[in-house]
Amino acid sequence: MTIKDIKNLLDAEVVCGEESLDKEIHSACGSDMMSDVLAYVKNQAVLLTGLLNAQVIRTAEMMDMICVVFVRNKKPTPEMAELAAESGIVILSSPKRMYEACGILYSNGLRGEGEING
Amino acid sequence: MAESLYFEYPVDGENFASAGQASTRVKRNLRELGLDSETIRRVSIAMYEGEINMVIHARGGVAKIEVTDSQIIIILEDKGPGIANIEQAMQEGFSTAPDDVRSLGFGAGMGLPNMKRYTDYMNIDSVVGEGTTITMKVNY
Repeated sequence: MTIKDIKNLLDAEVVCGEESLDKEIHSACGSDMMSDVLAYVKNQAVLLTGLLNAQVIRTAEMMDMICVVFVRNKKPTPEMAELAAESGIVILSSPKRMYEACGILYSNGLRGEGEING
Repeated sequence: MAESLYFEYPVDGENFASAGQASTRVKRNLRELGLDSETIRRVSIAMYEGEINMVIHARGGVAKIEVTDSQIIIILEDKGPGIANIEQAMQEGFSTAPDDVRSLGFGAGMGLPNMKRYTDYMNIDSVVGEGTTITMKVNY
């Protein structure tokens, strides 16, 4: 699916990166613990999280992710959005809760495995 | 690349929000050098974890990066409290980070093990009360 599909499925608002909505996504992960994302995630292009700070964006950047979805209607600060825009990362903000957001994406075919290294 | 390239960045230890700035810059520099994305990712994650540690535990320090024709060497130096028991610190899940760090998404005791996992070589040189120097190498 594309980032735009994620936006539509999660009733999300685009905070930044409008120009990248057509990018294809093959896998995702959900976590509030950035340490775990850095330790276990591989080739997942989307991070769903309820944690709101600049380190979420930096973690996504280090992991080569292209989209961050903040759940429970969380909105990043302008500084965080600027950091994401600099890194070419799309930020979405969804009213769904974490469990529901992950479930919707999963049941629509977006799985957790990376394409190459699983 | 005929000669090694060196980058040096101060790591600001005052502000958790800015932690990772040095890693972001290194990542961009390595991209400009045209290194493969898997190598860049390994270096970035290892350095980012180290940088977070420097901010949480040591109030910052200096990151030195050397790019040779076959490896990237990352040296992280701080004048923090030092690590009393390195073996214990290397265990997954062991952390001395304060609780407020956990609410920021870190402090799960994954930093040092993660740095080792993503690099080909890692050495910790630490003196309690004086500071810590971590050397990591990623072959490419």
